Amino acid sequence: MTAIASSINAFRGVASSVPDATRPVETAAQSRLEVASKKIEVEKLHAFFGTAEVLKGIDLPIYSTKVTAIIGPSGCGKSTFVRCINRMHEVTRNARTTGRVLLDGRDIYARNVDAVTVRRRVGMVFQKPNPFPTMNIRDNVLAGLRLNGLSTRDGETIVEQSLSRVALWDEVKDNLGRSGASLSGGQQQRLCIARCLALEPEVILMDEPCSALDPIATARVEALINELRERYTIVIVTHNMQQAARVADFTAFFYMGELVEHDQTKVIFTRPGNQRTEDYITGRFG
Amino acid sequence: MAQASLPIEPEPRPGSSARARPGWLGRLGVGTSVGDGAFRVTTALVAATVVLALIAIFAELARASSLSLEAFGLDFITSQNWDPVRDEFGALPFIYGTLVSSLIALLLAVPVGIGTAIFLSELAPEWIAKPLGFLVELLAAVPSVVYGLWGIFFLAPVLREHVQPFLASTLGILPIFQGPHLGFGMLAGGIILAIMILPTISSVSREVLRAVPGIYREGALALGATHWEAIRTAVLPHARSGLVGGVILGLGRALGETMAITMVIGNRPEIDLSWFAPSYTMASVIANEFTEATGDLYLAALAEIGLLLLVVSVALNVVARLLVWRVGRLPSGARV
Repeated sequence: MTAIASSINAFRGVASSVPDATRPVETAAQSRLEVASKKIEVEKLHAFFGTAEVLKGIDLPIYSTKVTAIIGPSGCGKSTFVRCINRMHEVTRNARTTGRVLLDGRDIYARNVDAVTVRRRVGMVFQKPNPFPTMNIRDNVLAGLRLNGLSTRDGETIVEQSLSRVALWDEVKDNLGRSGASLSGGQQQRLCIARCLALEPEVILMDEPCSALDPIATARVEALINELRERYTIVIVTHNMQQAARVADFTAFFYMGELVEHDQTKVIFTRPGNQRTEDYITGRFG
Repeated sequence: MAQASLPIEPEPRPGSSARARPGWLGRLGVGTSVGDGAFRVTTALVAATVVLALIAIFAELARASSLSLEAFGLDFITSQNWDPVRDEFGALPFIYGTLVSSLIALLLAVPVGIGTAIFLSELAPEWIAKPLGFLVELLAAVPSVVYGLWGIFFLAPVLREHVQPFLASTLGILPIFQGPHLGFGMLAGGIILAIMILPTISSVSREVLRAVPGIYREGALALGATHWEAIRTAVLPHARSGLVGGVILGLGRALGETMAITMVIGNRPEIDLSWFAPSYTMASVIANEFTEATGDLYLAALAEIGLLLLVVSVALNVVARLLVWRVGRLPSGARV
């Protein structure tokens, strides 16, 4: 019941904050679409676990330095979709994909592309905060650099920069030697984002990054996403439609392993082109 | 239905913890319904027999070895002289034999066992992992005496003809690889023990590695770690204390193993630095000499060796269990 109520609120909230769906707005939106360049192009992507097909041919552009939200009911393949963008899907036993994912025009699934270099360019933040519990805060931030054999000579600067960008520096600067696991859930998640940023990725994938956080921590992560959009291309999977409405420039609605609709967020939430999208965002199912 | 017969407890005063933590009588079932109470008391008694058995063994060994304890005191564990004819008993050669043969076993079995566990839990596809895991555990089902026979008919001759000459010619500078090539001896004993403790180490390690939450492995992979780097930075540190626990469980088994090692170690109560030389272990001397022990002091000396072995094994197992148990319940907020 609460889910339905909240999604209706989301719908209303967005609807009231967006100016009337008049012609000029439409054109502005169109032109913005054209200006944005495509960072990633997903073409005919199918993903399987064993014989079960969880993604059934997805075609989706992801625009550079924009936030794209992936929404849809549980089991629709949203998480699998983002895990295909940095080749984390194939880490699972019996998982495989077909189709192409072009990052700056190059297929990350091409034969000569190493998954490790893809993951270095396409960072990921997980649903459950996962700072390495055996490392302290400083080492957590530097973990990615060390794993990739990059120099950590400017380690202190990188640690301060990365933690400042996630607004965690002031909270932890006197305790960098403490275990990353000693932080609160929200702090841990921001630490994980800092760990991701330290590697200077081009794309950041976030798989329901706030679902384990309280509302205040959620607000901080959303504020952070708002700042990160300046420099990074972000794809965020979310269960929370208000969140999609608040943070995303574009929203894609997935259902049963298929992409139902993809458009600018305000279009999706005010004038969805597909009946199933409308049913979902108004809380009639899911 | 029979709720009415429940005694009604007085409402605890605010701040009182009387209700939150029932006394041990309450936990044993006193004060709840009769059937429940009887069941709990019965199972508690059954469980208590385990503890009682351990205490009884300990007490009996202490009693049986009192003569030797009085006669030799601490000299018993520092003297190398084991001469039943003159009633002189020093256990050091056996302690040495047990410790060194177990050490050899660990040197061989730890890398192989943990490597197997990493392969089975992290790398192998399922169709290999399942049968291979089963085969490794099957090693634990082979009777000890069969290992001993294999040691006599296969291992000792191979060591004598091939391995020991090779070691002597390559690493012969080390005192442990010097002396005549006999086959039977410390090295043979250590290798047999290694094979026997391999399933313990690898199956415990595999369970410990599987208990490491996948989010850490994925976190490392998502940062651009290779498979091996993810295991090294995210999985192994998290599993470290559990792996140590598995190794100690293996060590416990090596210390107490009797039959197979008795058949191959040579059974000579002397301390020799060379691993080619025959040796003797605590468990072996008890098994070999107990039936022919004449005289009360001789028997008491063997009982005291048993007591030493029991104390060491129990202590090691307790430590190992604690370590394994910690990994399973390690909260994500814990420091390791």
